[in-house]
Amino acid sequence: MIGGLFIYNHKGEVLISRVYRDDIGRNAVDAFRVSVIHARHQVRSPVSNIARTSFFHVKRSNVWLAAATRQNVNACMVFEFLYKMCDVMTAYFGKISEENVKNNFVLIYELLDEILDFGYPQNSEPGALKTFITQQGVKSQSKEEQSQITSQVTGQIGWRREGIKYRRNELFLDVMESVNLLMSPQGQVLSAHVSGRVVMKSYLSGMPECKFGMNDKIVIDKQGKAGSNDDGAKSGKQSIAIDDCTFHQCVRLSKFDSERSISFIPPDGDYELMRYRTTKDIILPFRVIPLVREVGRTKLEVKVVIKSNFKASLLAQKIEVMIPTPLNTSGVQLICMKGKAKYKASENAIVWKVKRMAGMKESQISAEIELLPTNDKKKWARPPISMNFEVPFAPSGLKVRYLKVFEPKLNYSDHDVIKWVRYIGKSGIYETRC
Amino acid sequence: MTDSKYFTTTKKGEIFELKAELNSDKKEKKKEAVKKVIASMTVGKDVSALFPDVVNCMQTDNLELKKLVYLYLMNYAKSQPDMAIMAVNTFVKDCEDLNPLIRALAVRTMGCIRVDKITEYLCEPLRKCLKDEDPYVRKTAAVCVAKLHDINAQLVEDQGFLDTLKDLISDSNPMVVANAVAALSEIAESHPNSNLLDLNPQTINKLLTALNECTEWGQIFILDCLANYSPRDDRESQSICERVTPRLSHANSAVVLSAVKVLMKFMEMLPKDLDYYGTLLKKLAPPLVTLLSAEPELQYVALRNINLIVQRRPEILKHEMKVFFVKYNDPIYVKLEKLDIMIRLASQANIAQVLAELKEYATEVDVDFVRKAVRAIGRCAIKVEQSAERCVSTLLDLIQTKVNYVVQEAIVVIKDIFRKYPNKYESVIATLCEHLESLDEPEARAAMIWIVGEYAERIDNADELLESFLEGFHDESTQVQLQLLTAIVKLFLKKPTETQELVQQVLSLATQDSDNPDLRDRGYIYWRLLSTDPVAAKEVVLAEKPLISEETDLIEPTLLEELICHIGTLASVYHKPPSAFVEGSRGVQHKRLTSSAGSGESVESPDTGSAAVSEAPPTVIPSQGDLLGDLLNLDLTPPTSTGPPPTTAPGMQLGAMDLLGGGLDSLIGDESEPPPIPLRTDTPQSPQPPHQSPSPPHYSPTEVAPGNHTGSLGGDIGGSPAMGTGFGAPPAAMPASFNAPISGGLDDLFDLGGGGGLTMGTYIPPKSVWLPAMKAKGLEISGTFVRRSGVIQMEMTLNNKAMSVMSDFAIQFNRNSFGLAPAGPLQILTPISPNQSIEAALPLSTVGPVMKMEPLNNLQVAVKNNIDVFYFSCQYPISMLFLEDGKMERQVFLATWKDIPNENESQFQIKDCHLNSDAASNKLQGSNIFTIAKRTVEGQDMLYQSMKLTNGIWVLAELRVQAGNPNYTISLKCRAPEVSQCVFQNYETVLKN
Repeated sequence: MIGGLFIYNHKGEVLISRVYRDDIGRNAVDAFRVSVIHARHQVRSPVSNIARTSFFHVKRSNVWLAAATRQNVNACMVFEFLYKMCDVMTAYFGKISEENVKNNFVLIYELLDEILDFGYPQNSEPGALKTFITQQGVKSQSKEEQSQITSQVTGQIGWRREGIKYRRNELFLDVMESVNLLMSPQGQVLSAHVSGRVVMKSYLSGMPECKFGMNDKIVIDKQGKAGSNDDGAKSGKQSIAIDDCTFHQCVRLSKFDSERSISFIPPDGDYELMRYRTTKDIILPFRVIPLVREVGRTKLEVKVVIKSNFKASLLAQKIEVMIPTPLNTSGVQLICMKGKAKYKASENAIVWKVKRMAGMKESQISAEIELLPTNDKKKWARPPISMNFEVPFAPSGLKVRYLKVFEPKLNYSDHDVIKWVRYIGKSGIYETRC
Repeated sequence: MTDSKYFTTTKKGEIFELKAELNSDKKEKKKEAVKKVIASMTVGKDVSALFPDVVNCMQTDNLELKKLVYLYLMNYAKSQPDMAIMAVNTFVKDCEDLNPLIRALAVRTMGCIRVDKITEYLCEPLRKCLKDEDPYVRKTAAVCVAKLHDINAQLVEDQGFLDTLKDLISDSNPMVVANAVAALSEIAESHPNSNLLDLNPQTINKLLTALNECTEWGQIFILDCLANYSPRDDRESQSICERVTPRLSHANSAVVLSAVKVLMKFMEMLPKDLDYYGTLLKKLAPPLVTLLSAEPELQYVALRNINLIVQRRPEILKHEMKVFFVKYNDPIYVKLEKLDIMIRLASQANIAQVLAELKEYATEVDVDFVRKAVRAIGRCAIKVEQSAERCVSTLLDLIQTKVNYVVQEAIVVIKDIFRKYPNKYESVIATLCEHLESLDEPEARAAMIWIVGEYAERIDNADELLESFLEGFHDESTQVQLQLLTAIVKLFLKKPTETQELVQQVLSLATQDSDNPDLRDRGYIYWRLLSTDPVAAKEVVLAEKPLISEETDLIEPTLLEELICHIGTLASVYHKPPSAFVEGSRGVQHKRLTSSAGSGESVESPDTGSAAVSEAPPTVIPSQGDLLGDLLNLDLTPPTSTGPPPTTAPGMQLGAMDLLGGGLDSLIGDESEPPPIPLRTDTPQSPQPPHQSPSPPHYSPTEVAPGNHTGSLGGDIGGSPAMGTGFGAPPAAMPASFNAPISGGLDDLFDLGGGGGLTMGTYIPPKSVWLPAMKAKGLEISGTFVRRSGVIQMEMTLNNKAMSVMSDFAIQFNRNSFGLAPAGPLQILTPISPNQSIEAALPLSTVGPVMKMEPLNNLQVAVKNNIDVFYFSCQYPISMLFLEDGKMERQVFLATWKDIPNENESQFQIKDCHLNSDAASNKLQGSNIFTIAKRTVEGQDMLYQSMKLTNGIWVLAELRVQAGNPNYTISLKCRAPEVSQCVFQNYETVLKN
C-alpha cells in the first residue's frame, strides 16, 4: 500500500510530507526530488523506481504530488487516489497551487490522516468529509450528529447526508461531449470518437431516488420489440450505440448490468453522473481541408478550408484553427475571409480565430510562409492542423429522454422538480493531418 | 491570516522561541506554535528537541490542535520512546471518549506509533474498538490490526486479533468488511502458508454482497482479494464472474482493472465452448478501451496491462487497433506503449492501416519514439508475411529522408527482414550501400557489415566496402569487429581469388593485435579452419541459418501467467514479478493461473483469436540473462549436482579450448574423405567428441547469424550468445547425437530379455515431480522407474504448462554409478500442445559410462526441447538393478559370506514393519531379492538372501524377523560396501509398501 505521500513545489521543495509506513524513510522525499523533479531529461514515465522504492506522480499546475511505496501496490488505485486527493483539495480550497497548499497545510494534513489510513484509501467524498473536517476547528456536535456523520462516512450512501432541505427542488443536467478526430489529408477518417459526460447539479431535499433515461440503442430496441413495430422503427432511428459507459459510484451497477436502467440516489451539489464513449454515427461538426504546397526551399503556401456540418439554425462558437509552421519560419502573410488570424512565433503556428459560425457554411484562410534557408537536413515533421470549437448539440446524437425523481418520504413529486437540460459539444483532439 | 507564513521562519534561535510559545498560557499562541513546528518538520528540520513541550499540548479539547500533536508524535515517537510514554494516558482515555470520531482517531494514531511500550497499551483499547458499536471505529480498528501486525506479528497472534478480524468479514457495514479484507490480505501475504484468508463459497458470497455497497476503494480491496480465490468448478467460477462484471462500468479505473483481473483469472476455469465464455470476452473489450480516455498516467498503467492481456488473450482486442493509434499530444510514455500494442495487434487484416500510421510516426520529433516506430515496421514485416514487401518499401522511403538515426534504425531492421525472407529483397542492397558512410552506431554498422558479408557475391565492390571498415578496426566496438571478421571470412570463401590479402589482414588484426579474447578465439578458429580445410570452413561458415521468429519479444509464458494474476499492480507496470522489486517475504509467493481440470477443453489459445499461435508455432527465445545462465551451467559446472551429462558432451565441457584442439583436429584430421559437418552428423559410431554433443546450437553461431533481438551479432564462436537463435529453430540433426547409445543399448536389451519372466508384485514407486514447470519454462516432468521383464524403464509424464507448443524432445544422462543410459531416443513423436501431457517410457541400458555419484543412486538428466535445455536430478530405487538371476547357490552363499571380510558388513534396523517372514520373503522376491535359506532360532526367523546388481556385484543379506516385534534387523555383506546403504533403503521401501 501507499507508504508515503509528498507534495512539492516546482523547485522541489517539500510542502507536505506524510509517511504512512515504516519502510519509507525521510530520504525517499529527497530521492524523488533528485531523480525526478531535478532530472535533466523529460520525465519518461509516471512511475519510477528509485533505489527499490516506487514513486507515482502527477502534476497539477506547478505542484507535484508523489506517492511512494516499497510494495507491489495496485498502481491504478494509487493514481486514482492521487486524482481524488486533488479533487478533495480543490473542493476545499480551490485551485491547487503552491500558495494554496501552504496556506492550508494543516487542513491537508488533517485530510491525509482521514482519507488514507496505513496507506489504504478511505472514504474520500468531499461531501462527506466536509461534514466533519472543517477549517473552523471542531464544532461541538450532539451525539446524534456524531453518529450521523460516522454512519454516513462508512455507510452505503457515503456521498449524501440525510436531512438536506431545499425550498426549491432543482436539477441541472449538462451533457458535455468532446469530439475527437484524426483525419488523413485526403479526408479519410482515421479515428473518431466522442467521449461524453453527464454532469449534474442537484438541489433536492431528502434522499431522492432518481432514474435517468437516454436514447440508448439497447434500451430503445428492447422497448421497440415490446411495443408496436412502427414505433420501434421510428425511435430506433434516433437511438445511439454506446460503446461503453462508466458511472459515479452512486449508480447501482448491478441494476444497470441486468436492466440497463440508470438509477441512483444523487450526491448533493455538483457531480459527474456518467461518462460514455461512442464511435458510431458521429456528427463531425467541422471538416478541415488543408492544402500545403512547398514553393522552392524558402516558401510554403498553405490554404485551409473549414466547413461547418450541422443544422444551419445552430451556431458554433469559439472556433480556433491552429496551423503549425516550420521552425525556420521568418515571416507569414495571412488572408482570411472571417475572423482574425495571427502568426504566433512562440507556438510555431498560425492561429485563426472565428467567434461564431452558423451551420452549413464554409470559410477559408490562405497563408504564405517564408522560410529561412537552413542546413538542417531533417525534414519538417508537419504536425497536424488542430481545431477547437463549441457547438450547442451533442455530436454523438445523445438525447436525454427523462430524469425522474422520487422521494417517497417528503412532500414533493417529480413534477415539482425544476429540471434544466443543456447540450454542449466541444472539440477534444480534433486533428487533420496535412 | 494565512498559514503559509509558517514556512518562512528561518531565524536562528527558533527552537528556543518555539519552546517558549509552546509553553504559553494562551491557547491561540500554543496552536500557532504547534503549526510552526509541523511546518518545520515538513521541510525537513529536526524539531525533535521540542518533544516534551509538544506532548504537553496534547491534553486539549481542540481537535485540530490534537491532530497536529498526534502528527508530531507519529514522526518523532520512535526517536524518543521514553517520552512517548507520556502520551499513553491520553490515548487510552481518548479510546473511551463518547465521540466516535475521537475514539477512532486515538486508535488510528496509536497504531502508527512504533514504540513497543505504547504497543502494549494498545491491545486493550484495540480489542474494545474492534467490537465498538460505531462502524467508523470498527473500520479504523480493522486497519489498526494490520499496523500492529507490522510492528509485532507475534503479539497480534497471541492476542487473538486475527480471529476478531476474520469475524469482521461478516460485519453488517460494508466499509468495515472492506477494511478487514484489506488488513487480512496484507497479513496473509507475510504468512504465505497460513490459511488466514480462508476463502470459501460462504465468505466469497459475503464479499460479493459487500462489493455492491462499499466505497470505490473498498471495492478494489475486495476485488484484489477475490482474485486470490480458486473457484471449485466452472459453475462457481461463472457465477462469480457474473457478479463481478457490473464493476466494469465503474468510474474508477482501478475498480475496472481489478475486475478485469478477476475475470481474466476465472476465465481460465470456464470451458471454451460455453456461451458465457464468449459473452465475457466481448464484455472485456469496451472497458479496456475506455481506460484509454482516462488521464495519461492511468492510460500508461492501462496500456502496460493491455500489453499483457493482448499476449494472453489476443482475441479480446483484435478489432480495436484504431484506439491505439498515437495522438500527437500524447505524453511520450503513452506513445511508446501504444506502439508496442499496435505491433502485437497487427495482422493481415489491418496491416495497411498500421503501416500508414507507423510511417507517419517515423517523421515525429522524439528520437526514441521515431526509432521504435522504424523498428516496429520491421517487426510487422516479420510478423505478417504478406506485408513484408510494403514494409521494405516503406523502410526504403524512410532511408531516403536521410535523417541519420532513421537510416541506421532502418538498416538494423532490414537485416532482420533479410534473415526472415532470404533471397527476396536483396535488390535493395544497392540503396543501403549508399548510406554506408553515415552509419555511426555500432549496431547499424554491424548490421550493414553483416549484409555485405552475407551477400558478398552480389555486391561487386564488397571487398572495397569491407576494406574501408578495416582501416579503423581497433576503434570499432567489439560487436562491429566480430562482425567484420566474419564478413570478411565469408567474402573470402565466396571470392577466394581476390580477397586473400584482406582475409589475412583481418585475421592478424583479430588474433595478434587484439586484447579481446572473444575476437581472438574467433580469429584463431577461422584461421585454423581456413588453413586446414577450406571445404569444411565453407560448410561451417556458410551453413544455412535458422529462420528468425516473430515472437521473440513475447513475455515468457510462466511469467506472463504470473503477471496476469497481478493485473493493475506495480508488477504489471514493470512487467516483472513482485519478487524482483519487493523486499522481504511480501510478494515472494508466485501466483499462477489455475485452469480447468479437463485437459481437452483447457487447451490454450482457442482457434478464434490466436492468429499468432496458429500461423507459426512461436519459439520463445529466452532472454539473454537466462541464456547466459544456462550457458554457464553448460560450460563450467562440474558434474556435481545438476550439471550436464559430460560423457556425451565433452566438447561443451571444455569449451572453446577443446574445440580448437581435439575437436577440430578430429574434425579435419581424416583427409581421405570430407570431414562430416557437425550440423548434419548422423554417423552413430562416430568417436569424435563433438559429434556426440548436441552440436547444432553450438555450431550455428559460427555462421554469425545476427540475433534477432539478442542484440549481439553473431556472438562468439563455440557456444555463446547466438544460442538463442540456435535453439529457436529445431535443429534437424538433433537426435543423431543419441544414436551412439542406441546400438549398444539395444543389444543389451536383448541380452537381458532372456533373463527372466515378468515377476508379479514388483514394487513401483509412485511418480514424483522431477522437474517443476517453474524451472523449465513451463515443462513439467514427473516420473518413476520400473523394471519389467528384466528391462529397466524410466516412465515419465511430460506436461506442457506453457503457452506454446513443445516439440523436439531429447534426453541425456550424466555419467552415473551404474552406467544407466537411455537405450534409445526419447519417443515423443507428436509435439505437446499447451496444457497437454504425454506419457513416455524410456528403456534404459546399463552399459553407459560410469562415475560414482552421491548418493549412489542419483541420476542427473538433461532434457531438451525446442525451447531450451533443462537439467534435473532424480533417484532411482536400486532394485531396478537387481538381476533376475540373483539367486545364489546355498554353498556359494555360505562360502561368499565367510569370504567377505567382516568390516564390509553393515547392520540396519527396519522399524514398524508388520509382515511375517514369509510375506516379507515373497515381497522381496518381487524385487529380485531371493531368499536362499530360512532358519528359526528361539522364535526368531533368519532369512538369508542374495541379489545381484547389473554390474555383477553380489549383495548378501541376513534378515532377522522376530514374531511380534515390528523391528527387523538386517545385515548386509558385500564386496563393495558402498551399495549397502542403498540396498537397505530399498528393503525399507519395498517392505513398507
